[in-house]
Amino acid sequence: MKLVLSFFCAFMLVLAVAPVSAEYADVVMNKRAEKEGVRPVIFPHWFHRIRFQCRVCHAEIGFKMKAGTNDFTMNEVIDGKFCGACHNNDIAWGPDRCELCHSGKPGLAAGVMRGHQTSGPGRY
Amino acid sequence: MREFIFPAKSRKGWLYKAILALLALLFSNFSQAQGKWDPLARDGLHDSQNPGFVELQEPGSALAKLPADHVGNQVNWVEALESGTVQPRPSIRGAQSKTLDQDILLSRHGGLPMVLFSHKKHGEWLDCSNCHDGLFKEKTGTSGLSMFRMLNGEQCGVCHGSVSFPLTECRRCHNVQRPAPEALTTPVRPAAVVGKKP
Repeated sequence: MKLVLSFFCAFMLVLAVAPVSAEYADVVMNKRAEKEGVRPVIFPHWFHRIRFQCRVCHAEIGFKMKAGTNDFTMNEVIDGKFCGACHNNDIAWGPDRCELCHSGKPGLAAGVMRGHQTSGPGRY
Repeated sequence: MREFIFPAKSRKGWLYKAILALLALLFSNFSQAQGKWDPLARDGLHDSQNPGFVELQEPGSALAKLPADHVGNQVNWVEALESGTVQPRPSIRGAQSKTLDQDILLSRHGGLPMVLFSHKKHGEWLDCSNCHDGLFKEKTGTSGLSMFRMLNGEQCGVCHGSVSFPLTECRRCHNVQRPAPEALTTPVRPAAVVGKKP
């Protein structure tokens, strides 16, 4: 009995302090980052949509909506393309502030977090 | 019951108390989950060993001030924009954006209430080119809308379910009641009337 209750306690403790999840629509970019020796990029949609409408990135700058289809390198960002259209030390911090974007835990898989919380398989 | 909750004389009393304390902790965690955002250090993504970590904005510090919702970021983004609580810039190059103020009634033949699609609510965030002519054709009724494809992450499901409110929120789109079906007045009639001339 005591053993069962101890296990029950341990189980409840795990539930009570269980790690919680990423913010809805956070994007992990790790196609190249770790191979190049830096942390994966965490892109928070919530942070950006407070400051810019969707159209800025998805029409003006040209980010495709499907995660994984925007194949770009850090050189292009430094040249003012993709993230570099704003992250240029003018609109937002520049590409020299590596650690503000490359802020993810090592080993993260790329993709949109917490998306498609439906029964569908979700290809995007 | 009281004996179960407070078995003071039992040697296992401490154990029951521990269980109750843990249950209380658990439920307080659940209640906090409503309207509360996880700190970056516990989101499973951010590396707190990263030297830049302390400079990053916490979701709660920004999102708690915005109109509340119960799904996604726990923010009603459309309301936030319409009320001016957030004022996201429409362009970084000074481009003029235009928004089409036009509603379209969709899903006219299904079982759920119909969908009133608001061009305005979408156009205040998005550019026309984000949907037309890729995800949807411009001519109404020609896009082959399908809930199955949306659940697969196509059509509306490109955004709804990954960045805007998820597809589990059926009635936020299917929100227009259908008129009473004609079938109730014709051709089916109460049994007593069948065979009689009106």
